[in-house]
Amino acid sequence: MTFKATRIALAAALIGASAMGASAQEFTPEAPECIAPANPGGGWDFTCRQVGKSLQDQGLLSKTMQVVNLAGGGGGVAYAEVVNKRNDSDDLIVAASSATATRLAQGAYPGNTMDQVRWLASVGADYGVIAVAADSKISTLPDLLDMIKNDPTSVSVAGGSAVGGWDHLKVLIAANAYGVEDVRKVKYIAFDGGGEAVTQLLAGSVQAFTGDLSEAKGFVDSGDIKVIAVLSPERLDGEFADFPTAKEQGVDAIGANWRGFYGPGNMSDEAYDGWVKKISDLYASDEWKEVMATNGLAPLDLQGAEFEQFVSDSITQIQTISREIGIIK
Amino acid sequence: MDTFASLGDGFAIALTWQNLGLALLGCFLGTIMGALPGLGPSNGVAILIPLAFTMGLGATPSLILLTSVYYGAMYGGRISSILLNIPGDEPAMMTCLDGHPMARKGLAGEALSLSGIASFVGAFFATWGLILLAPQLVKIALLFGPAEYFALFALAFMTLGGVSSTNQAKSAFAAALGLGLAMIGVDTQTGVPRFTFGEVHLYDGLDFLVAIVGLFALSEVFIFLEERHGSADAEGRQLKVGRLTPPMSMLKQTTPTMLRSSALGFLAGVLPGAGASLGSFISYSVEKRLVDREGTFGKGDPRGVAAPEAGNNAAAGGALVPMLALGVPGSGTTAVLLAVLLSLNITPGPLLFTQNPDVVWGLIAALFIANFMLLALNIPMVGLFTKVLMVPPRVLMPIVAMVSFVGIYGISGSSFDLMVMIGFGILGWVLRKFDVPLVPIILGTLLGNSMENNLRRAITIDNGDWFTLIDSPLSIVLWAIAIIGFILPLIVGRKVKARMHERGDEEGSLTD
Repeated sequence: MTFKATRIALAAALIGASAMGASAQEFTPEAPECIAPANPGGGWDFTCRQVGKSLQDQGLLSKTMQVVNLAGGGGGVAYAEVVNKRNDSDDLIVAASSATATRLAQGAYPGNTMDQVRWLASVGADYGVIAVAADSKISTLPDLLDMIKNDPTSVSVAGGSAVGGWDHLKVLIAANAYGVEDVRKVKYIAFDGGGEAVTQLLAGSVQAFTGDLSEAKGFVDSGDIKVIAVLSPERLDGEFADFPTAKEQGVDAIGANWRGFYGPGNMSDEAYDGWVKKISDLYASDEWKEVMATNGLAPLDLQGAEFEQFVSDSITQIQTISREIGIIK
Repeated sequence: MDTFASLGDGFAIALTWQNLGLALLGCFLGTIMGALPGLGPSNGVAILIPLAFTMGLGATPSLILLTSVYYGAMYGGRISSILLNIPGDEPAMMTCLDGHPMARKGLAGEALSLSGIASFVGAFFATWGLILLAPQLVKIALLFGPAEYFALFALAFMTLGGVSSTNQAKSAFAAALGLGLAMIGVDTQTGVPRFTFGEVHLYDGLDFLVAIVGLFALSEVFIFLEERHGSADAEGRQLKVGRLTPPMSMLKQTTPTMLRSSALGFLAGVLPGAGASLGSFISYSVEKRLVDREGTFGKGDPRGVAAPEAGNNAAAGGALVPMLALGVPGSGTTAVLLAVLLSLNITPGPLLFTQNPDVVWGLIAALFIANFMLLALNIPMVGLFTKVLMVPPRVLMPIVAMVSFVGIYGISGSSFDLMVMIGFGILGWVLRKFDVPLVPIILGTLLGNSMENNLRRAITIDNGDWFTLIDSPLSIVLWAIAIIGFILPLIVGRKVKARMHERGDEEGSLTD
C-alpha cells in the first residue's frame, strides 16, 4: 500500500513539476542506486557508500542508496554498462575520479567517450603528494628532481596505479615542470594500491612515493614518512598547512585526484538537476566538511556544466602528457 | 601488563547484549556465506555493510558484526569443500584435497568437526599473536621487498609438486596453465593489455571466484549429468556420515599439525602481499613434506584436513595485523574492512592503536567471542550440515548449478562472467577426464600475477640486475628452503615410492 501511495505521490509530483516547468527539488529517485566501478574497498566504493550514507543521514534521500559494485576494466565495464544498457535511468549515479578521466583520455574504455554520459558534480579532491621516508636525505622536491635529472636510475618512485595511471602521471607532471628532458626515463614502480606502495617506501625498497594525500596521511601522523611536496595550487588548510606546495618550490605542478559522479547520457533534465542539487546540498553541509577533513579531501566545488567543463579540460591535459610520454599516439 | 588491561577494557566494550547478538548474527550469516560457492568472505562483508549502516550502528558494533562475518566465512568455506568437493571460497580450496576423500570414506562427520576444531585453533592462536606481537610483526612485513616476495611465491610453486596428484607432470601442466591464465589483463608494469582481445571485461584479469566456481562446481554438475545419462550409478551413491565428533586418537594425531600450521598461516597472513590462500597452501604442502610418510595425504588423511583449515583461519587473524598496525590491507576482506573504518570516520594507520584504542581492543575482544561462538555453533551443526549428503544428487546438483549462477551474477552483475564461468566448467570437465588436478590451476591464477609483478618490480628497481633476487639474507633463506623442498622429494621420494609399492600389493585386494 505504502509503495503504491508513494508512487502516486511521486507521479503527481512529477506531473506537477513538469506542468509548472521547473523545481528540481521535487525529484525523488524511486530506487536510488550508485554504481561503484570497482570491488569493495577502493576509492570509488568509498565515494558511493559515504555519499549514500550522508545523503540519507541528512534527509536528502528518503531511501537507502543501493551500492552496486560493478568491477572490471578499471571502470570500463561500468561505463559500457551505463552507456549500453542503463542509458535512460534516472535513479542511477556512478562514482568517478581522475582515474576515470585518465582512462577516457587514453582511450582505455574501448569505443567510449566522455560525452556519452552526463557529468553531475564533484564532492572533493585528493591532492597528489610526493613523499620520502622520514630518515631520507632528500628534503625538498628540487632535491629529488635533481637526483632524477642527474641519474634517473638512482631513484625508484612507487605508486599505487599502473604505468600510465594517475599516480604515475603526477610525478611526470612534476618532472616535466622541473625541466627533466626525457620524462620516460623516470623509474616508476607500480604496486597494487597506495597502501602497498607506502609499505615499500618504509621497507626501503624504493626512494620516493607518489600518491594521494589521504593515502599518506596516517603515515605522516606517525612520523614514518615526510611529504616533500603537495601538488595543490596553494597550501591546504588545517593540519595539512605544514606541507610545502610544489609551486612554492619553483615546480609549477598541480595534480588533484578529484572525486565525483556521472549519470546516464539520457537521464532526464529533472533528474539531472535533482541529483546536482542533492549533491551540492550535501557538499555545502557541515557534516560533509567533517567527512572531507577526516579523509584528507580538499575542497573542489563544481556542479553541473562547470563540472562537465572541468572534466573535459582535465582530459585534454592528460592527453597532452600521455602523448609526450608515448602512452598514446 | 598494559596489553591485558587494554584487552580487559575491550571485553567490557564487546560484552553487551547488543554486541553479542551482532556477533552471533555475523557468525551465522558468515558461515552460510562461506559455505555457498561464489560468496566468499570479502563479498559477505561487503553485502552486510548496508545492514550495519541502516541499523545505525556505531564504529565498534559495526566492526564486531563485520569481523564476525569474516571469521564465520573462513569457517564456512570448508563445509562445501568437504561435503561436495566444491570450495566455498579461495582459501578453502586445499581442504578439498583430503576433506572430500574423508567424506567419501564415510568420515564426513569427523572431517567436519575436526576442521571446525582446527579452524578454532588457528584463529585462536592468531588472535593471541595479533595481541602480543602486532607491533613486532609489522617489522617482519617491512623486511619483504619485491625480491623477497618473489622468492616466497617461488617457494610456494616449488613445493607444489605432488601436492594434489601422483603424476608430477600433470601437476606442473596445471600450474603452468594457471600461470598462463594469470597473464590475462592489463599489465600494471607497462599499462599494456595482454590477451584481452579488446574485451573490456578482461582488462582487470580473470576473477578467481569465477574460475573456482566454474572449475569445481560446474564441472561437478557436468560429470553428474554425464554419469546419470550413462548409468544408474549417480542414483545409488549413498554416503555414510560417520560419527559427529572426532575420536581422541585423531585429535592427538593432528595436534602438532594444527600448531605448526597455525604459526605458518599466521605469518603468511601478516604479509600484505600474501594472504589466506597462500597460508592454507603453504601449511598443507609443508605438512605433507613433514609428516606424510605413507603417502596418505590426498586420500583422506585427517592431518591434511587440519593443516589447511588451521592455516587459513590463522591467516585471517594475521591479515588484521597490517590492517590495524599499518592501515594496509593484507587481504581482499581486510580491504573492505578498511573502507568501513574510513566511512566510520576512523583513519586507519600506524596511530590507530593510540588514537582509537576502544575500537581496536573492542574488535580484538570481539574476535575471541566470535571464535568461541563459531566453535559452539559449528560442532553441534555438523549433524545438520551432513544432511546435505543425504540429498540425492539429482536434487543436489541442480541446486549447486543454481547457486553458482546466482552467486557469480550477484557479485559482478555481469553476464560476461557467467560465460567465463561456463567456459571454466567445460575446461574443468575436460581436465578431470584427463586426471589433471584442478588445484594447481587456481594457485597459478591466484599467485601468478603477484609473482610476476614482484619479479619485474625487483628487476626494475635494480636497473635490470638479476642478482638483486638473492641480495638479502632473507631471500637467500627463502630460496634455500624452496630448492631443498624441490630437490629433497626427488631423492627421498624414490625410496618412499618403492616402499609404497610393496605395501600397495598387500592392500590392493582389500581396497578395491
